Amino acid sequence: MSHLIIAPIVLPAVAAAFLVLVLRHDLASQRIVSAGATLALLAVAGWLYMSAADGAPASYQLGDWRAPFGIVLVLDRLAATMVLLTALLAVAVLIYALAGWDDRGRHFHPLFQFQLMGLNGAFLTGDVFNLFVFFEIMLIASYGLILHGGGARRLRSGFHYVAINLVGSTLFLFAVGLIYAVTGTLNMADLAARVTQIAPGDEAILRVGALLLLLVFALKAALVPLQWWLPSAYAAAPGPVAALFMMMTKVGAYSIVRVYTVVFGADAGPVADIAAPWVVPAALATLALGAVGVLASPTLLGLVCFSIVWSMGSLLLALGLFDASGLSAGLYYLLHSTLSGAALFLLADLVAAQRGRLADRLVPAPPLRHPNLLAGLFFVAAIAMTGMPPLSGFLGKLLILDASWRGPLAVTSWTILLGTSLLVIVGFARAGSTLFWKVADRPPQPVDPAPSIALPVAVIAGLLGATALLSVFAGPITRELAATAQQTLDINAYVRAVNPAALALSRSAPQ
Amino acid sequence: MEILVASGIGVLTMVGLYLVLSRHAFPVIIGTTFLSYAVNLFLFAMGRLAIDKAPIITKGVTDYADPLPQALVLTAIVISFGMTALVVVLALRGFLETGTERVENGEPRRDAPKREATRR
Repeated sequence: MSHLIIAPIVLPAVAAAFLVLVLRHDLASQRIVSAGATLALLAVAGWLYMSAADGAPASYQLGDWRAPFGIVLVLDRLAATMVLLTALLAVAVLIYALAGWDDRGRHFHPLFQFQLMGLNGAFLTGDVFNLFVFFEIMLIASYGLILHGGGARRLRSGFHYVAINLVGSTLFLFAVGLIYAVTGTLNMADLAARVTQIAPGDEAILRVGALLLLLVFALKAALVPLQWWLPSAYAAAPGPVAALFMMMTKVGAYSIVRVYTVVFGADAGPVADIAAPWVVPAALATLALGAVGVLASPTLLGLVCFSIVWSMGSLLLALGLFDASGLSAGLYYLLHSTLSGAALFLLADLVAAQRGRLADRLVPAPPLRHPNLLAGLFFVAAIAMTGMPPLSGFLGKLLILDASWRGPLAVTSWTILLGTSLLVIVGFARAGSTLFWKVADRPPQPVDPAPSIALPVAVIAGLLGATALLSVFAGPITRELAATAQQTLDINAYVRAVNPAALALSRSAPQ
Repeated sequence: MEILVASGIGVLTMVGLYLVLSRHAFPVIIGTTFLSYAVNLFLFAMGRLAIDKAPIITKGVTDYADPLPQALVLTAIVISFGMTALVVVLALRGFLETGTERVENGEPRRDAPKREATRR
């Protein structure tokens, strides 16, 4: 049992505490420690991915307390992929923030590290209540980050964001309480065994708990009708924070995959496949609403936010199939949409900073200082996000179309996914031409010492380069992800890794 | 006792939801507090309602209460306490910076500035 499994949680936690207690007033050293911790996290995540790639899931029992009683972390391919993606995104976002965002308010770096701790914990935990705890850590850090830099708009959107997430947390606890009431456990592997043997009278309570939990995850994943908080919150957040938040919606998607395969999966007896009838229709509605939002947005950030909602729709369309091809297509799209969405948020931040008072409103403005460079980056990012060849969005969408062809709503899925893609392309084309071509006939506003944009541009180019690599190495990556999907659906292996006794109990006991 | 506890949780949730839907910041904060009270009571009840049962293994006792919901409630209380403090500070800062404690989205209504000016 490798102790490194807990490192993605402990490392940011220690770094954050050190930053806030020792280096409170020293931004230069904060930057060094924070960058060091994030790079170390990337190294650990890479190592964990390598070690997860060969064979069965590994579990880590905190304090060596046995599984259903103690707290358990589980590292399998899926969790390792998510942790690695988080670390990669964190490095990119941190470099971008070092170029100036982190001194516009206090405590950016500690909050950033706490956010990473919450994200990694949510991916690694094998226990529903700890999932709640890590959700809270992640959210509390995100409340601080979304307000970073201050301002009236941020405060108002921040209040909405906090309030809606407080209600979400309450729902999470209600769901956890219901599930605990009838099963007597919250360990996911243990739950997988217990739900098959639920007393007939308790089925209704368990179903209510399972669906309430789906509601909470759908809120995090911004599925229609629970998407309305995302555009205002992410548009108000500072650019790098919004880019990091790309991972937060993915936590919702990840939790849906994890809980509704392991606990309420295909062989969960009375509650088998309880999420399946809901996720795909909700994803289709999300696609439609996201595309309409992209067309209707009067600002660039609003457009990017709605394109994120739209991409969450495509993602959950694939994940909602809950089969191997759907999962692997969804995971490929998840990698793609995280990277390209983050690139778009950073780019929107950069463009808005150069347009002075107009910021990100989609109206003709005086020319930018670096029109060709930014327009080129926007062009590539838009191609990636809307899913046109040759970047990874196109391949991701092909994989999703292929996976959903065998699903129950094949024709509807194809129609809506392709139709909304067209709308999103139109929306991005319109936004790009307004931003970069329709230049107002006024001299550019003099901006006192123009900050260098070399570092931010390098980060955005790096993220876009990563999506290009995703499509160049699509073959090996999809093979890896197919293995990941297989392993995720192999619930027996998961349960065996956490608690061998539970497996014997569930499979041999008379039903 | 079941009816009493169940309707108590129900009323708390109802009050909380009603207040959370308000358009002013202060009722929203009180509403989230009510919701967290409701969920704490609910978690307690999930360990089954019982009186005078031992939570820790003792000799000669066969009938135990479930101690886990209490641990869950404790965690939930700590988190909701911290969140309430945060949301109060947030609402206060919002009031000081924007001069209003309304929480609606979008542009303020045409008549809003006048009303707030008189209130201040």
